[in-house]
Amino acid sequence: MANKLINQLGLPKSIANIFTARNIITAKDALSLTEFELMELLDVGMSEVTSAMAHISELVCPPCQTALLLMEQRVRNESLAGHLPTQLKGLDEALCGGIPFGVVTELVGPPGIGKTQFCLKLSLLASLPVNYGGLDGRVIYIDVESKFSSKRLIEIGTKSFPEIFHKKGMAQEMAGRILILRPTSLSEFAESLQRIKVSLLQQQVKLLIIDSMAALVLGEHDCGASRQQALGWHVSFIKSLAEFSRIPIVLTNQVRSHVGDESLMYSFQAQSRSTKGDIPVTFDSHLVAALGINWAHAVTIRLVLESKSGKRFIKLAKSPMSPPLAFPFHITSSGIVLLDNDGIEMKGPEISTIHCQGLSLMKADKLVQLVPFNNLYSFRYSELVSCPAIVATYSYVSRLCMARDICLSILLVLLITISVSPSWMGGLSHCDHTWS
Amino acid sequence: MEIGMLPISASKRGKLLAAGYTTLHSILRTSTTHLARDIEVSESEALEILNFATRSSDLDKSSGSNANVIHGGQTAWDMLNEERFSSLITTSCLDLDNILGGGINCKEVTEIGGVPGIGKTQIGIQLAVNVQIPLDYGGLGGKAIYIDTEGSFMVERVLQIAEACIEDLSEYSHHFYKDNQAFGVKMHPNSILENIFYFRVCSYTEQIALVNYLDKFVTEHKDVKIIIIDSVTFHFRQDFDDMALRTRLLGEMSLKLMKLAKNFSLAVVMLNQVTTKHIEGSFQLTLALGDSWSHSCTNRIILYWNDDERHAYIDKSPSLKSASAPYSVTSRGIRNSTSSSKRIKMV
Repeated sequence: MANKLINQLGLPKSIANIFTARNIITAKDALSLTEFELMELLDVGMSEVTSAMAHISELVCPPCQTALLLMEQRVRNESLAGHLPTQLKGLDEALCGGIPFGVVTELVGPPGIGKTQFCLKLSLLASLPVNYGGLDGRVIYIDVESKFSSKRLIEIGTKSFPEIFHKKGMAQEMAGRILILRPTSLSEFAESLQRIKVSLLQQQVKLLIIDSMAALVLGEHDCGASRQQALGWHVSFIKSLAEFSRIPIVLTNQVRSHVGDESLMYSFQAQSRSTKGDIPVTFDSHLVAALGINWAHAVTIRLVLESKSGKRFIKLAKSPMSPPLAFPFHITSSGIVLLDNDGIEMKGPEISTIHCQGLSLMKADKLVQLVPFNNLYSFRYSELVSCPAIVATYSYVSRLCMARDICLSILLVLLITISVSPSWMGGLSHCDHTWS
Repeated sequence: MEIGMLPISASKRGKLLAAGYTTLHSILRTSTTHLARDIEVSESEALEILNFATRSSDLDKSSGSNANVIHGGQTAWDMLNEERFSSLITTSCLDLDNILGGGINCKEVTEIGGVPGIGKTQIGIQLAVNVQIPLDYGGLGGKAIYIDTEGSFMVERVLQIAEACIEDLSEYSHHFYKDNQAFGVKMHPNSILENIFYFRVCSYTEQIALVNYLDKFVTEHKDVKIIIIDSVTFHFRQDFDDMALRTRLLGEMSLKLMKLAKNFSLAVVMLNQVTTKHIEGSFQLTLALGDSWSHSCTNRIILYWNDDERHAYIDKSPSLKSASAPYSVTSRGIRNSTSSSKRIKMV
């Protein structure tokens, strides 16, 4: 809308010509200058500039709706007033029906906790017919790290909805609705997004999953301004895509370690803290979501998956319409299952922290490598062969040496040397489909 | 007394200087015909220049004399009387209202900022509902404009808060008026939703265009009493290479909003995001959009976590004391915090 040409906006001829003469072609060009600058540039009086800008602004600004109109539209046009039910009763209730349409939902958590499993289940749910609680539509799954397993998808389908999947040809049709894209770079991703935008409504796409957003961005740029800028553009594009097509968009995000001895505070807080005296120094190297605080502001709903003392929780860390609840879950052959539908209400910023304690990763092709010496290094993935025994030992010992950074790195070196030995290689194939 | 202060185009200014009119005084001494002949413009344009010059010189001349002569000025006593009757919009949290001196002030621009998930959108929605509380119940009975730049306006949540507000009002009326037929709350949640005008802004140009258009919109809808912008930062944070331009655009936008607030006696609430800044060797949290933006609002409230509670801190205000108060976000909206520890903390 902002790219409307000025000479098509119905301004009086004289002023429209002056605009063009000064190379201000689109409305965006005109609005990107202050009125004073325009006055200087166009060499006209202030009153003329003001009236011209008022006219342009009226045509460029978005249409006015009322909240009532929005609600009525949603109830009328969309299934379940614009939500995709996740079949997890507690979560659906908290989210007023399920994953909402038109906004960006983020899943963040340490590796191996179940983000991809959740995404697989969601893509299946969206492709189901409406009478089974699905959206009866196509799904686009952007798989950056090649984690999509169609075998696992069929397994989830057969175990959760046996009556559909045992019918002849249904499995093929359901799986046929899920389109998997594997972009290898951020620019390729941007291109495929542009293509998706064009074909979104035509092909009845009802869900877009990006797994994982962090791998896409972090792999490309160095830290700092260029990454923030690239991310910023993609964020607005994805959000506008979600809204314009009224579909849910689900993204996954990674975590990185936060080795800070105190959390960030405002200047007025810092002043009052210093008068109190002792700042409690914690050696708590907990995890935070990757991609920064800008990203955290941009997503609408954030679901944190974490593991605390061996139990897994899914938490509603940021949601404009839900209380801060945490639901324990585990992963079965039919995907994620909640253990308790009521949820535990968490107070305070606890809802946003991410723990990774006692997580026994049965299927993990990545191991978290924390390089704690130098605070400048954040997170690096290393593809290590893993087996339950190693990982269990690792998590046990890491809990012991939480504060002793040196021990951790020595331990990792040991693990690498052990894992290279061929006897462990044989254990790999067994690790694929065992679910706790 | 300078020509440069007149709001006329550069070429006209050039002509004035070339013809020898270097001060306002010199323009005032001539007539329109002489001026038109000297600088070779039409009579109407010359008249316009003369009007501008007269207005400017009036302002200069009577500075220091009685206030009634100054065009557009007001004495402090008059302002005090006005302020006594100025309207306040409650936030539904008593502690927060107390540190705000009763609520969000109409005629002022208030900025509210905080980390993600602290409740900025919740406060915005609560205010959009509370401005509609009828006059009988001490509210303003007005309408709200909600400008959404991030897409965080969830209609289901607005419905929840609206229903809770109506329930609270009914309880209040039951409590005070025994014959509740006469004072029964006749509001329906749908009517509350109907009085919230919603604009979805997708780029910074749309945001600027909308702020320009609001003047006309509010003239047509005189009962709008609050404008909420959620959030004012989002579009200005991406794809802006020229930071100086961004500062100028933001400055102009904030001036327009202040004019809106003053002229139409409404409250403008801007929600802002946070960023980290490197101060004195450590990273600290601060509100986004830079230092020059922090001068653009009248009041500034920062929302933050204090242990397990949400607190609001008055960071900048010409008339309110720096204090912080706890509040909580419940399924019914913003309410008092439920902890029993000492409430308002004066800083």
